Amino acid sequence: MSAEVGVKDGVALNAAGPRWWKNESAEGLWRNLGLVGVLLALFAIGAVIRPDLYGNIDWVTNNMMVILTQAAAIGVVTVGMTFVIIGGGIDLSVGALIALSGVWATTVATQSFGPAGMIFTAIAVGVGAGLVNGLLIAYGRLVPFIATLAMLVAARGLAAAISGKQTQVSNDQFINSLAKERVLGVPLLVIILLVVAGLGWVLLNRTTFGRRTIAIGGNAEAARLAGINVRGHTMLLYALSGLCCGIAAIMLTSLATSSQAAAAELYELDAIAAAIIGGTLLSGGRGTIVGSLFGVIVFSAITNLFAIANLPTEVQNMVKGAIIVVAVLIQQVRFSSVTQFARRHGLSRPKAGTPQQT
Amino acid sequence: MTKHIPDASRRRLLFGGTALAAGALLTACTSNEAEPNAAQTKGADTSNPNAAAGKAVTIGFSAPAADHGWIAAITNNAKAQAGAYSDVTFKQVEAGKDAAAQRAALETLIAEKPDVIVLLPHDGKELNAFGLKAMEAGIPVVNLDRAFPDALAYRLQIKGDNYGMGVAAGHYIGKALKAKGVAAPVIGEIAGMDELELTQERSAGFKAALATYGFSVTNRRAARFTADSGQKEGQNLLQALPKIDAIWNHDDDQGIGVLAAISAANRSEFFMVGGAGSKKAIEDIAADNTVLKATVTYSPSMASSAISLARLIGQGKGMSDLVELQVPKEIILASETITKENASTYLKLGF
Repeated sequence: MSAEVGVKDGVALNAAGPRWWKNESAEGLWRNLGLVGVLLALFAIGAVIRPDLYGNIDWVTNNMMVILTQAAAIGVVTVGMTFVIIGGGIDLSVGALIALSGVWATTVATQSFGPAGMIFTAIAVGVGAGLVNGLLIAYGRLVPFIATLAMLVAARGLAAAISGKQTQVSNDQFINSLAKERVLGVPLLVIILLVVAGLGWVLLNRTTFGRRTIAIGGNAEAARLAGINVRGHTMLLYALSGLCCGIAAIMLTSLATSSQAAAAELYELDAIAAAIIGGTLLSGGRGTIVGSLFGVIVFSAITNLFAIANLPTEVQNMVKGAIIVVAVLIQQVRFSSVTQFARRHGLSRPKAGTPQQT
Repeated sequence: MTKHIPDASRRRLLFGGTALAAGALLTACTSNEAEPNAAQTKGADTSNPNAAAGKAVTIGFSAPAADHGWIAAITNNAKAQAGAYSDVTFKQVEAGKDAAAQRAALETLIAEKPDVIVLLPHDGKELNAFGLKAMEAGIPVVNLDRAFPDALAYRLQIKGDNYGMGVAAGHYIGKALKAKGVAAPVIGEIAGMDELELTQERSAGFKAALATYGFSVTNRRAARFTADSGQKEGQNLLQALPKIDAIWNHDDDQGIGVLAAISAANRSEFFMVGGAGSKKAIEDIAADNTVLKATVTYSPSMASSAISLARLIGQGKGMSDLVELQVPKEIILASETITKENASTYLKLGF
């Protein structure tokens, strides 16, 4: 009987590929379905509260675009954050890097170089600061938490110094129009997010860079012994996160037609939270881009729903907190622990097989 | 291959970045600090006998490190106003990151025995004790904006009126909508940081003033005094209210984002009132090409006035228009409403 089960499992596994691969993809699918369920639930709540608005197809379509637009900048950052976390690190400096890139890109001097100059500056500053993070962590042996915390403080300080603490208005029509542009009814910022996420997905799942990231996050020492340049790779991960911050800085500047040292407040926490509820393990080695994307959209949809229901911000923050806790609890309960729990309490079939095997 | 590319690009970025930084810093300094210096001071008025050079006065000054335009304007104004008097020596001490750091910095200031101290505390309650100590040491304290609860802790308190700001905005909106004959108006409010007492006071004043017209706020969102948060909350507010009659936005800096959201959504069926009175907002009101039709002031020019009054206190003089021989103990600035009609006279007070 138990042998039969084992054979069955073996057949199924052989057909679908190696065991860990199959499990991971199925796991991601389930979690994403769960997040889609949350989105549908939020939509249903909205429809109950404001039937007048949700009955209007045009309004609903437009509202979805608004939710996605608000997820765009933070979504791009979360893609970078997902890589860093999968690689076993953390980047607390993303909000500050967005502010620094945005402020640097909107100084009068930079604006005189036109949109190309502004975009180049934002990305160069983001990547540059990300590389500093990476150098400190990979070669300076600083704990990622400390190194990026220091960068958070320093980058905000530098941004304040550059801007003279003023809100810097962007007078560049091209940059400002990015936020208003729509391609086939889809806002350009949303398309940028999808492109970045798509590239991130390919990079994570279809290249050696992605495989190495997962390997390093899973076990850095084993990865090193396997011949991976762990330090160089870690540095690149933080540069990648910085790159995402640079892109997000331009998106945010375009949305707000300005930038300032206090911009993108607490984006680091939003990005980490989105990655976590999307199924990225904070200890590294596992995570998906699609999951992170859903995480960002769920947060954005909550903010939107609370505005529509005219509920105060403090309630919204409490709900956000609760969702993070519930998502992580479900994550922990579902996999290893469910099967172990079931075995321990004699609820599943493998229990019958276990004594025979040992 | 993977080794060479990052090296090369890193070097390029560092060099390019340094060059850009130098340029950016230069322009940032010239463009952002030069303007308020000339504008928000008073001193060239020769008809005022108090303006004539008198007894030399040393004024100690401390305000929190600026994280946004308003605080930056406070420090700039104080410095510029002090510079306008030949008999004033201006001693600024860094306020540091929080109340504790500011207290430590102020201790050194007391030791230097200035004639008067002008102080914008991180938190009025936390620095109340310092005010008491300085007053006991015989140094008059001018308490700027964030109030000491204890009347013994200051010689002069000069502050803005947050509740009055809400009232001014409420009256402007109420009157305009009554004039239009709107019966049940949809009114949106985009507040600043909700955990601050000043935000609560502003909202309370707004609510009270609207109530006198029989109106109320339909939807209230709280942003974070930043343009990007203003954009986000503005966009959501527009989604929640498909038709709006009026919006009050507490802060002109976050208003830049709110206006961006409004223009991106192509909405113009309503009018908006701002808050604080930034230069950009006053210019927009004067140009009259956005939904922003008015703003209610909370002007950092109070720092200039505080220095002028601190000087008079140090010289033992009174305000020349008043009968009293000494400067009064408390001054609360009225929140003024800037519209298209008077925008040109207020432009010099914009920050």
